[in-house]
Amino acid sequence: MPKKLESTFGNMVIVLSAIGVVSAFALGFTYAKTRPEIEAAAKKKQEKIIREVLDGISFDNDPLGEKYTVSGFDGIEIYPAKQGGQIVGAAVKSFSPRGYAGNVWIMVGFKSDDTINRTAVVEHKETPGLGTKMATPWRDQYNGKNPGTNNLKVKQDGGEVDAITAATISSRAFSEAVQKAYDAFKKGGDHESAE
Amino acid sequence: MSLLSEFTKGFLKENPILVLLIGMCPTLAVSSSAFNGLGMGLAATFVLVCSNVVISLLKNLIPDKVRIPAFIVIIASFVTIVDLSMQAFTPELAESLGVFIPLIVVNCIILARAEAFASKNGVGGSFLDGLGMGIGFAIALTILGGIREIIGDGKFFGIPLFGENPTTVLIFILPPGAFVALGLMIAFVNKFLKKAA
Repeated sequence: MPKKLESTFGNMVIVLSAIGVVSAFALGFTYAKTRPEIEAAAKKKQEKIIREVLDGISFDNDPLGEKYTVSGFDGIEIYPAKQGGQIVGAAVKSFSPRGYAGNVWIMVGFKSDDTINRTAVVEHKETPGLGTKMATPWRDQYNGKNPGTNNLKVKQDGGEVDAITAATISSRAFSEAVQKAYDAFKKGGDHESAE
Repeated sequence: MSLLSEFTKGFLKENPILVLLIGMCPTLAVSSSAFNGLGMGLAATFVLVCSNVVISLLKNLIPDKVRIPAFIVIIASFVTIVDLSMQAFTPELAESLGVFIPLIVVNCIILARAEAFASKNGVGGSFLDGLGMGIGFAIALTILGGIREIIGDGKFFGIPLFGENPTTVLIFILPPGAFVALGLMIAFVNKFLKKAA
C-alpha cells in the first residue's frame, strides 16, 4: 500500500486547492448543463398553473409574456388574459409572509367581473398533512367569491372562510394572499386605464 | 470481513438510524410521509456511494490533518450535482423534497462513512459499504415515514387507507411524533437483535 501524504503545510495547501478546483469545475459544468432545463421546467410549471386558475375562461394571448407588476405590491405578478385584445380575466401570483413556515405563494385566477375563478398553491413550506391541505379541494370555497364584496378572512377572524382543521395559520395566510392578489389586481387595473 | 457482509451490514446489524443512531436530524425532519422518506433515502444513497468511492480513491492523496475539509468539499459537490440534476430532470420530486436535498451535506451518516470506512478501505468495499448503508437508511426512513403517515394522516404513500376523513393522531406527523415513533422502532430493533444474538 502506498504511503499516505505527509501533513506538511505545502501538501495540505496543494491537496485542498486541487480538490476545490476540481469540484468548482464539476459544479460549473453541471450548472451550465442543467440551467436551461431548470428554467424550462420552472416556466412550464408557471404556465401550467396559470392555465389551471384561468380554467373555463377562453383567451388567445400569452399571459406569461404580458405580465406586469403593481407598485406597492412587491413580488406580486399579474398575468392578464385577453381575448381579441379585450381583458377577460387575469391570473395573479401573490403571497403571504404569514405562513406557518415562511412565505405561502399562491396563484389566483380572476374573471372579468372580479370574482375568483380558481386558486392554486404555487410554493409553501407548511407542515405536511396539515398546512399542505391547502392544495386539496378545501380551497374550492374561494371559487366564485368576490374579495371586494365577500369577507374572505377565516371564520375565527370574522370572515366567511372555513379554516383547515389544525391549520388555521396556513388558512389565514392563504386568505391574506388572496386578498392581496385582489387588491393588486384592482389597483393595477385602475392604473392601466388611467394611462 | 467478506464483501457480502460489507454490503448487508447496513441493513440491520449496523443500520445507521436504528443501531448507530447517526443522522438523526434529517431522519426526524423528513420522515413525515413514506414518500418523503424514500426520496430522501435514495438521494442520500446516491451521494453516499459517490462520495465513498471518490474518497476511497483519494485516501492516500489527502493529508490526515485536512481530511475533514477535503471530505466536506467532495460531499457538498456531489449533493449540489444531485440537487441541480433533480431540479432539471425530475422537477416534481425536487419540489416535494425541497430543502432536504441540500441538507444531505450535513447528514453525518455520509461524513461518518467517509471517515470510518472509505478513508481506510478499498474502492470495492467502500462502494458496497455506501450502497448498503444508504439502503439501510432508506429502508428505516421509509418505514418510519410510513408509520407516521398511517397513524398521523391515515394514508400510505399518499393513498388514503381509511376512507375520506379519518380520525387521525395528528401529533404523529408533527415533530414530537417523530421522536415517539423512532423511539419505539429502536426499542423494537433492540429487543429483536438481543434475542437473535
